[in-house]
Amino acid sequence: MSVSGVRKDFLHIALFGLVYIVLAALVSNSYYLLIMTIVPVWAVMGLSWNLFSGYSGLISFGHAAFFGLGAYLVALCMVVWELNPWITIPLATLAGGVSGLLVGIPTFRLRGHYFALAMLAYPLALLYIFEWLGYQEVALPMNREAPLMYMQFENPFYYVLLGLLLLLFTLVITTLISHSRLGMSLLAIKLDEDAAEAVGINTLYWKLVAITISAALAGAAGGFYAVVLLVVTPLAVFGMLVSAQALIFAMFGGVGTLWGPVLGAIILVPLSEILYARYAADFPGIQGVIYGVAIIAVILFAPEGILWKVRSLLRPGQFRMLGSSASVADFSADESLLAVTHDDRNETILEVSDLSKAYGGLQATDALSFKVRQGELLGIIGPNGAGKTTLFNLLNGFVKPDKGSIHFQNKALLNLRPNRICAMGIARTFQVAKPFTHLSVLDNVIVGAYVHTSSRQAAGQIASAAIALVGLEQQCDLPGANLTNKELRLMELARALASKPSLILVDEILAGLDPEAMQEMLVVLQKVRALGITIVIIEHSMQAMVQLVDRFVVLDHGALLAQGSPEEIVKNPAVIEAYLGKKWLENA
Amino acid sequence: MGAMYGLMCVGLTIIFGVMRVINFAQGEFMMLGMYFAYFCFAWFGTYAFFDGLWFPFLLALLAGPAVFLVGLVLHRLLINAVTGRQASQLEAQGHYAQLVLTLGIALVLQNGGLFLFGSSPVSVSNELSYSAWEWGPMIGERVSVFVNQAQTISAILAVFVVIGFGLLMAKTRLGKSLRASADNPDAAIYMGINVDRAHRLAFGFGVGITAIGGGLLASNAPFQPYIGTEYVIIMYAGVVLGGLGSIRGAFLGGLSIGVLQQVSAIILPNQLQNTVIFICFLIIILFRPQGFFGKKDRTA
Repeated sequence: MSVSGVRKDFLHIALFGLVYIVLAALVSNSYYLLIMTIVPVWAVMGLSWNLFSGYSGLISFGHAAFFGLGAYLVALCMVVWELNPWITIPLATLAGGVSGLLVGIPTFRLRGHYFALAMLAYPLALLYIFEWLGYQEVALPMNREAPLMYMQFENPFYYVLLGLLLLLFTLVITTLISHSRLGMSLLAIKLDEDAAEAVGINTLYWKLVAITISAALAGAAGGFYAVVLLVVTPLAVFGMLVSAQALIFAMFGGVGTLWGPVLGAIILVPLSEILYARYAADFPGIQGVIYGVAIIAVILFAPEGILWKVRSLLRPGQFRMLGSSASVADFSADESLLAVTHDDRNETILEVSDLSKAYGGLQATDALSFKVRQGELLGIIGPNGAGKTTLFNLLNGFVKPDKGSIHFQNKALLNLRPNRICAMGIARTFQVAKPFTHLSVLDNVIVGAYVHTSSRQAAGQIASAAIALVGLEQQCDLPGANLTNKELRLMELARALASKPSLILVDEILAGLDPEAMQEMLVVLQKVRALGITIVIIEHSMQAMVQLVDRFVVLDHGALLAQGSPEEIVKNPAVIEAYLGKKWLENA
Repeated sequence: MGAMYGLMCVGLTIIFGVMRVINFAQGEFMMLGMYFAYFCFAWFGTYAFFDGLWFPFLLALLAGPAVFLVGLVLHRLLINAVTGRQASQLEAQGHYAQLVLTLGIALVLQNGGLFLFGSSPVSVSNELSYSAWEWGPMIGERVSVFVNQAQTISAILAVFVVIGFGLLMAKTRLGKSLRASADNPDAAIYMGINVDRAHRLAFGFGVGITAIGGGLLASNAPFQPYIGTEYVIIMYAGVVLGGLGSIRGAFLGGLSIGVLQQVSAIILPNQLQNTVIFICFLIIILFRPQGFFGKKDRTA
């Protein structure tokens, strides 16, 4: 994102703060001022949830755990040690962050349903523990003689001010994150976790960073909540409704946006508070019903939240894009950014020995050994089910072998995660393309470019060079979901190139292309090769490959059938038999 | 106790097994079953014909069909929009939407229950709830085992319902269509199975069976509208312990959780009973997410 984008967001944040202060100054009813204090607390909770779940796509039902710890920390420190909130709210933030990290480390082993369920259990377990410890109701002691010191003001306007400050702080952090490498990585994880890992994103690391920051913000919100309400009970801070509210505000307003959670809190909190004040006697559960109805309505009519809905009504037909909107493409950057230098052309870059992997009774890879020489273009062919894609999954770390070893540039690769392998210089494309559908082509490629640089500008330059090399300049602002088959495959190739690999694994890149597109693709592959990058390519079709590759490795039933130059391979009787059957061989 | 948990877990696992949906509102359907039993008991219990000791148990069984109908309607109106074939167009196969939608339903039922049913705890009880069969004295002269009569009858009924449903799934055409829809919805459609209808029925069966569990529980413990939240975790603990989607596993899982809860009550203070369950739940889900009785499944 260009600097101007961040500036624009900051301007909006400042304007929002100003309007809010003016409104608060105009209100004198202390009940309304209390609502105006609570709104920022929940907006911060919504943003905190959104920062983690909205960007990463992992649904947390457990943000009450961080909120509650923050609230209890502030309350208990005040009761026991008379510490003032100026010290304890930052402490609550820290505690939230640490607890987020501690929760994240074991829980990120899980995905999808299991993750959501596990997160649900944390706050509820804490709820009962705090009840058992005897903290059913902790009231903050009054210190009216030093209002500033203990944040206990006579005038509720000051609370509004503090709440707003917390919210503005959170908004600024969210803005910075959504425009950073972290925001980009989280979006990539949300859109396709496997692809994210394969292009060098350390998914576990970024998820931990995200949950730590998110939980820290929730802890701060909880701490401030304790100061405002002066009473903390387990159900009020660890209860299901706390996590639910965080999620509801974010989903209602707009998932993955800066203003969505704020909008959700601004609409729903006053609505439910006022209705509660008016009808609580007759309908005691009215708040919960309102939240429930609001979220059901949103899911049915605007599943991504009202902000996205409004946007699509204003600009119909426009694709919902995430990530940066401003282009940083810089096509003046030249290809040499991607070039690989190596000393000896014939040295072995990759050595596979005795590699085996079985799925149940099926031996997908069977004691396979071969070498790849630096700078060569090696074709791996074999009939359907010969274990070609499994071999790639073994090479880039998606699958762990049963036995055998892989050495890349004389370093062992076993038990490394795919993102590490990518960082070492092995990139790949997928048989079934895995684009980040809601990111632009440029952003798709930039995600790959972050492997060797953390500067957005440098990443933009590398990405631009890669896009120019494959010839997708015209499409660079299109979303990944709108590409044709050929463009998708070129984009994946560019994304792989952007991680500056010395070896690219290309999985059936020619599949489904018409002859003309196939020729274009072969030209691009030649260009990649000219950069000095070693290529290993999987393909069914022998014809296209014969004109391209230096050498073939032929697999059958997971084992090495033959290897050698194209001329040797097309005459090899074993290969002909595997491909065409024995009869053909006899007739030939 | 355990058998009733087992029954509720079976209800939950049917929904997950067939529809691949995590239903957060399951506890609220159990709550509905409890209140169904309670209100029928209050209204009809005054007639002489209905004052038999068997009546609460009959009501518990009737809660099943009643909540089954509620489930059908809710699926038609709300849940269908985000599950099954509609889900594939949504982000992450609609997981987001499903979780949040059922959460919304849970909130509405829970808090709606608060103004329909009031917040004070109620219970369905008769003298069976307070009487026990005594076994013993055993092991010397001092120790006797007391078995609550209401709980025993409930447990036996629960086992019968589970066996009945198991037979339905295994032997009938309907069961076959449910299993086919669970295995591969697209293929099931091509084979002429109405998958939407199968899902609707599965949802109905799921919540209905859980409601029977609730109705049975109602006759031996007081309850209020918020009870669902507490039980939804217990149910998920049981279901995950048994392996998501397996009916036998769910029943055994629920049984184990019930036993665990009762045993921990002997050793630990009352407030920590549920914490024990949550912690067990976390341990199971973190280290063996495929459960102990289920088939090995991807944790994704």
